Amino acid sequence: MSVTLQLPAVLAKLADGRRTLEARGATLGDVVADVATRFPGLAPRLRDTAGQPYPFVTFYVNDDDARLQGGFAATVRDGDEIIVVPAIAGG
Amino acid sequence: MTTSVAAPAFRPRPQVCRACGALHEPAPIAVCEQCLGPLDPVFDAARVTPTRDAIAARPWSLWRYREWLPFDGEPLLSLDTGGTPLVEAPRLAALLGVAHVWVKNDAVSHPSLSFKDRVVATAINAAAAFGLDTIGCASTGNLANAVAAQAARAGLKAWIFVPEDLETAKIVGTGVYGARLVRVRGHYDDVNRLCAQVADLFGWGIVNVNLRGYYGEGSKTMAFEIAEQLGWRLPTAVVAPMAGGSLVTKLRKGFREFSAAGLVTGGAPRIFGAQAAGCAPIVRLVRENADAVTPVIPQTIARSIAIGNPADGLFAKRAILESGGWAAAVSDAELVAGIRLLAEAVGIFTETAGGVTVAAALALAGEDRFAADDDVVLCITGNGLKTVDAVAPVLRASPVIAPRVAEVRALVKDGS
Repeated sequence: MSVTLQLPAVLAKLADGRRTLEARGATLGDVVADVATRFPGLAPRLRDTAGQPYPFVTFYVNDDDARLQGGFAATVRDGDEIIVVPAIAGG
Repeated sequence: MTTSVAAPAFRPRPQVCRACGALHEPAPIAVCEQCLGPLDPVFDAARVTPTRDAIAARPWSLWRYREWLPFDGEPLLSLDTGGTPLVEAPRLAALLGVAHVWVKNDAVSHPSLSFKDRVVATAINAAAAFGLDTIGCASTGNLANAVAAQAARAGLKAWIFVPEDLETAKIVGTGVYGARLVRVRGHYDDVNRLCAQVADLFGWGIVNVNLRGYYGEGSKTMAFEIAEQLGWRLPTAVVAPMAGGSLVTKLRKGFREFSAAGLVTGGAPRIFGAQAAGCAPIVRLVRENADAVTPVIPQTIARSIAIGNPADGLFAKRAILESGGWAAAVSDAELVAGIRLLAEAVGIFTETAGGVTVAAALALAGEDRFAADDDVVLCITGNGLKTVDAVAPVLRASPVIAPRVAEVRALVKDGS
């Protein structure tokens, strides 16, 4: 499965300045692992040492919060768009 | 010969990461470049802070506490926000079974009738200092009003993003100022996510996204005013509504800062949080002492606090539990009753979030969370004229009569 991963500016610096990455995987966790392998500097910003998402970083799969779809176990399909957003806003 | 001393240039303070401690120079950023944690302004510990008398001699606005706001120098914009009434409510005290109740009435905040005027007053000064010509926000309504009003006065452009189903009063109360108002299909959390991307791409000052560190500190002024209005004394308990969860954390921070400065008597108040049952992720965190927010899809008429994915949820839980407080969620019917109770017992017309606060206070009293000698402050953060549809259906019908005394006499006799 090929999906698109959109990064915020603060993370794009760790992906050769690219804000949009193509990635592969059947789940969100697979996609994150794929990107982490290709961009080792980005890896610790996307998941903790146990391979779990951080509370400050939210993933959206096609505009829906991934935590409502099983977190890193969320299924992704060919052509899906994944957005990474620092969870700082609100109120 | 006289020597003039120029006032120090206005400048936002540096920020530090709440998660990893990394220091960041003043900038319109709100996330740590090291770990993506939230940034908080850093204060100069050696700064000179004013005495009670010096504060009391200043104009009655939130800037009288400027040494505790995240700037150096004198602010230039929104100088007359803050200074809302603290109203004693003995009938509510009797209902709650406590010594005293006061209502901190930000329903009459200047200029846009909600406590969001406070946070925009600080954020807009940061935006101007950073040279930004456009500000904006993701909003459930009150923040939209506050940003639009203060941007108009300051001559800044405003882009406001809200859920499409917002109350008419909040739509009109934003558009009237000339702001660019965009209604987004979805809930607030969808709007919020979009604004995080917008702030990242367009270079605007989205007050509750990339100016969030400077924005959030404005909330502390509600605590400062409460303490001063009580005669430089802290209440024993405070009840506040929770949306993203920031307000309860900033109330606690504000009370602690005034205690540390030696300005007030009394111990740190217990902080109590209130949410609508149809969107209560922080109440759940508190009651289950959970370690992570479980996002929810909001289902409540309390739209102004309907945030299903609260960014400050964990910090709010910590502030509440460390203070010895608790949290409660109430149904939409209970919040409507809360609006009516505050109006009928105190003469203050609040919006749905205020109804949640009042109803949650009653629920907490029912759980014996208050003591008989408690001095309780209810934080009322918005105005009922913005959400009239919530209560209109349940109010007593207004009879239409001919202009004849006999008809009035019949109504009086009927007693209805």
